Amino acid sequence: MARVVVDVMPKPEILDPQGKAVAGALPRLGFTGVTEVRQGKRFELEVDDSVDDATLAKIAESFLANPVIEDWSVRRVEP
Amino acid sequence: MRIGVITFPGTLDDVDAARAVRFAGAEAVSLWHADEDLHGVDAVVVPGGFSYGDYLRCGAIARFAPVMTSVAEAARGGMPVLGICNGFQILCEAGLLPGALVRNAKLHFVCRDQWLRVENTSSAWSARYEPNAEILVPLKSGEGGYLADKSTLDELEAEGRVVFRYVGENPNGSARDIAGICSQNGRVVGLMPHPEHAIDPLTGPTDDGLGMFYSALDSLVAV
Repeated sequence: MARVVVDVMPKPEILDPQGKAVAGALPRLGFTGVTEVRQGKRFELEVDDSVDDATLAKIAESFLANPVIEDWSVRRVEP
Repeated sequence: MRIGVITFPGTLDDVDAARAVRFAGAEAVSLWHADEDLHGVDAVVVPGGFSYGDYLRCGAIARFAPVMTSVAEAARGGMPVLGICNGFQILCEAGLLPGALVRNAKLHFVCRDQWLRVENTSSAWSARYEPNAEILVPLKSGEGGYLADKSTLDELEAEGRVVFRYVGENPNGSARDIAGICSQNGRVVGLMPHPEHAIDPLTGPTDDGLGMFYSALDSLVAV
């Protein structure tokens, strides 16, 4: 068994209105100095030993992320 | 002529889409998301709503529904398919149309009557309109911003595949004011605004949307 984290982020060139709204709210809360916020998604998958890296990449590429607008990365956090 | 209207869990506009099909003079056939069988329909409408609660991304889970496997296969064979709003998102997720729909640029859910220009009058769902006709139909979406990379957008423009473009202020940040596009063969069309809500002046702003359904019938007769 292993825990796998898949991070999905809007591509840098894609406008991220949610991140912008968060960034816009920070100064109103008294937090200054944050110049940009990008908002994405984090998935945590518990997988058994039969799931190899190629399969994980396929899950991320074909389902968890939409490669037209999002970048993804997969990492195993527990061996 | 029999036109199928798909219902997913969370679909909202299947009833109005079926009504539009009947208004145009065709038989509306209900298609269920879990049923691969298209029941011999001649065309399919993928209606709007919030299929599977918009979980993950709009349309991301619906595209794997059994009925969509059959729709994708039929579309590749030339069957006319119209995706409206969430249906457009589903067709993009399924790869039947290029690009993606993202959160409106100003984050607000937009609900208003929207002018569109019909720029392609050769697709299966737009042939009834005069070139550059301006039509008024409702737009109601929170994730209606159309995006694709520059080369895809250039290709769509060069091939005349921008079927509908927003007139006036861009309501949602869509690239190049794009409201709807079609596949290379013109048989699959997706748009964010709702023609099925504009088929009868009693219940909508106009009957401008009816032309899409007439167009599909024309294209079927032509075959």
